[in-house]
Amino acid sequence: MLEKLIFGNLTLDAIPYHNPIIMGAGMFMGLVVIAILGSITYFRKWGWLWSEWLTSVDHKKIGIMYILLAFVMLLRGFTDAIMMRLQQAMAVGSHLGYLPPEHYDQVFTAHGVIMIFFMAMAFVFGLMNIIIPEQIGARDVAYPYLNSLSFWLTAAGALLVNVSLVIGDFAGAGWLAYPPLSELAYSPTVGMDYYLWALTLSGIGTMLGGINLFVTIIKMRCPGMTLMKMPLFVWSCLCSLILILAAFPVLNITLFMLFLDRFFGMHFFTATLGGNPMMYVNLIWTWGHPEVYILVLPAFGIYSEVIATFCKKTLFGYTAMVWATVAITVLSFTVWAHHFFTMGAGADVNSFFGIATMIISIPTGVKIFNWLATMWRGRITYSVAMMWAIGFIVTFAIGGMTGVMMSVPGIDFQVHNSVFLVAHFHNTIIGGVAFGLFAAVNYWFPKIFGIKLNERLGKYSFWLWFIGFYVAFGPLYYLGLKGMTRRLEHYSAASGYHPFLVIAAIGAFIILCGILCQALQVIVSIKDHKKMRDVTGDPWDGRTLEWSIASPPPFYNFAETPVVDSRDPFWAQKQKQKQHPEQKAQVVYKDIHMPKNTSVGFWIGVFGGIFAFAMVWTMPLIIALAGITALTFVIVRTFDWHIDYYVKADEVAKTEAAFEKLQLAFSAQAAYLTF
Amino acid sequence: MTTHTLDKNNHHGGLDAKVIFGFWVFIVTDCIMFSGLFSTYAVLSHSTFGNIGVAQTASLPFVLVQTLLFLTSVLTLGFGVAASTRGNFNQTMLWLVITFALGAIFLSMGYHQLANLYTHGHTWRDSAFLSAYFTVIGLQGLHVLIGLLWLAILLIQLPLQKLSDTMRTRLCCFGLFWDFLAMLWLLIFAIVYLMGAI
Repeated sequence: MLEKLIFGNLTLDAIPYHNPIIMGAGMFMGLVVIAILGSITYFRKWGWLWSEWLTSVDHKKIGIMYILLAFVMLLRGFTDAIMMRLQQAMAVGSHLGYLPPEHYDQVFTAHGVIMIFFMAMAFVFGLMNIIIPEQIGARDVAYPYLNSLSFWLTAAGALLVNVSLVIGDFAGAGWLAYPPLSELAYSPTVGMDYYLWALTLSGIGTMLGGINLFVTIIKMRCPGMTLMKMPLFVWSCLCSLILILAAFPVLNITLFMLFLDRFFGMHFFTATLGGNPMMYVNLIWTWGHPEVYILVLPAFGIYSEVIATFCKKTLFGYTAMVWATVAITVLSFTVWAHHFFTMGAGADVNSFFGIATMIISIPTGVKIFNWLATMWRGRITYSVAMMWAIGFIVTFAIGGMTGVMMSVPGIDFQVHNSVFLVAHFHNTIIGGVAFGLFAAVNYWFPKIFGIKLNERLGKYSFWLWFIGFYVAFGPLYYLGLKGMTRRLEHYSAASGYHPFLVIAAIGAFIILCGILCQALQVIVSIKDHKKMRDVTGDPWDGRTLEWSIASPPPFYNFAETPVVDSRDPFWAQKQKQKQHPEQKAQVVYKDIHMPKNTSVGFWIGVFGGIFAFAMVWTMPLIIALAGITALTFVIVRTFDWHIDYYVKADEVAKTEAAFEKLQLAFSAQAAYLTF
Repeated sequence: MTTHTLDKNNHHGGLDAKVIFGFWVFIVTDCIMFSGLFSTYAVLSHSTFGNIGVAQTASLPFVLVQTLLFLTSVLTLGFGVAASTRGNFNQTMLWLVITFALGAIFLSMGYHQLANLYTHGHTWRDSAFLSAYFTVIGLQGLHVLIGLLWLAILLIQLPLQKLSDTMRTRLCCFGLFWDFLAMLWLLIFAIVYLMGAI
């Protein structure tokens, strides 16, 4: 009786002892965790970790933690990809491969969930967190404590997905978990519950983070920075955040209803007693389509920054770019049914959504032409970030074209849920989102850490990714047209798929080499940090405000809130300084108002995660205790009346003086070397 | 949960505009969440599968009393916020306590109505319509419960902090939340009960 109260449905049988692949992966995960915890203990860094990182409310540190989380989950998601490519390259005819169907189902489900929610979303949130305040001249986001809470909820969701590998199983119903397959009748194991709770935790984190960054952009821009003077990255993020605010509530309620079906025996989407699975499909894609624009719009913003900077030219057609982004934002809510043309809505409905889908490709085309026009007659530097941007233009254009192909319902009826579709969305997500994130890393790493990344390894990683992508997904376009369905774990020899899937597997390994080069790039740059150090704060001759402060920035970002009167304000300031070098602004330092660190966000994440785990296994006592504890932390925080402090003006002056000294030493050295 | 403004002075008459704006944005997202639920209810409202339909779930007079109670609580909360603007601590507390009482009665009426359905063999497991019905009413009710908990915390904190800028900002946010719940209830009244009675 007591055992049921504490442990619920959790037994030792939950650990998949008989599956060598999972046990191997679990042991590897365990070893890595022990190694990390061990090194922190050995180097006596627990105090530093706690006070500088885990309890931090600094947007820059929270952003770095988001990106670290994204990188860890990229490794797991990419491992799933390699596993799938290997299986499909092997499992032809009488060979069954090494993954049984139930396991393969979990691999492709986990791959999608991890890559979208815990890699791409986490990475984008991390970047937005770090860069937006710096680009608008602000010292932090609107609600620093909420920022910390959002991160820890997301981390708890990611941890839940990782725990599901070794305790129980994961969902096997695809990354969008269509009912009735995802209902209790057809997915009786805890895997679907892990899925629901991981996405609930991270969904709350995303909502809170979305509100936070939205208010930051609307309310905390520095004086003079009107909306039409904001950097395009901030504009793109603003539109992405509006999509988050409008779309994620739909995801949350839809997953909640699926949870109610499974946990309380309700009938929203069941196959019996009146449930309507097609309603789920409509709701989930009402979220799902804006979601892909949520991911790609910040990437578009990154490209605008990178291309303008490395062509040493003002971005072509700022106003058109803004309106194109806004148009994409609005239109992304009008196309959702193109994800299920074959579900039977009929020709009239399908025609509407087909035409709407074609229309939404137009503003994206406008943006591509504007980027090309920016490059035209610019003075182009082929830095690694710029190469990613050019690679994007080529790759994304192809992906977009295949998308417009599928917007024709007649064509879509032939290729829906084939690997042609899989190739299309990887084309746009990798070519659009992933390339953008990699460009951002190379572009902003010096700003975040004060170290430039190794150029040679960066270029190798670009070419490996670029070539690897086409080798991995080109065959899938052809196979899709030949009729190969997605999510196949085995196929006949007569189908003729085998040679192409071998090529695709080779492509995946080329990409793996690209990822290894990226990891090596970071390691080598840190090793050579003295040589790669950037002390100027402005390694690329940048145009926007973040390049006007030190690298890495002081915790308060700006000693004096900048006042701007044009776009590309830092570029304008530098031009003015070149023309009038004798005019140096006399800065009067004031006390700066900053928020205090707090552990409350961390603890709510911890107990929220425990609560979610207990809900998955229906462990009544833990559910009650963890839930009440998390709620208590929320309430206790509201009784904390001392949540901020003031940095004294002389400390600010000292920090700024040190930065100026570094800059002077560097320019003196540069002058000597060019003498 | 509030932070002081970090750089620009965003204060209007002592209230923190950044916090209130952000809370309003949250309410918009909550509204969108409910709209997903309402649209699902609309699709499933006729899937009764042999069990009762909406006309048999509650009597209109009963629901009307609930509606009037909640709308009155919005009024009393308005009086409380007005008193807080004038700096009258005692009146603020009085009106907030009355609001709490009215909200609690509203909630217990709703709970009893749902419990009554349950014990008479009309549970959320018996048809898609009943699942949707219990969820729409239940989720609004859960929001009211959270609101009552929030109000209770405010009633504890107000004597400690009196009518400081922070407390009045929190009161303003609570007012937004409570009014939003009233709007949700009116939507339920209209879409679920009135349209079901036609």
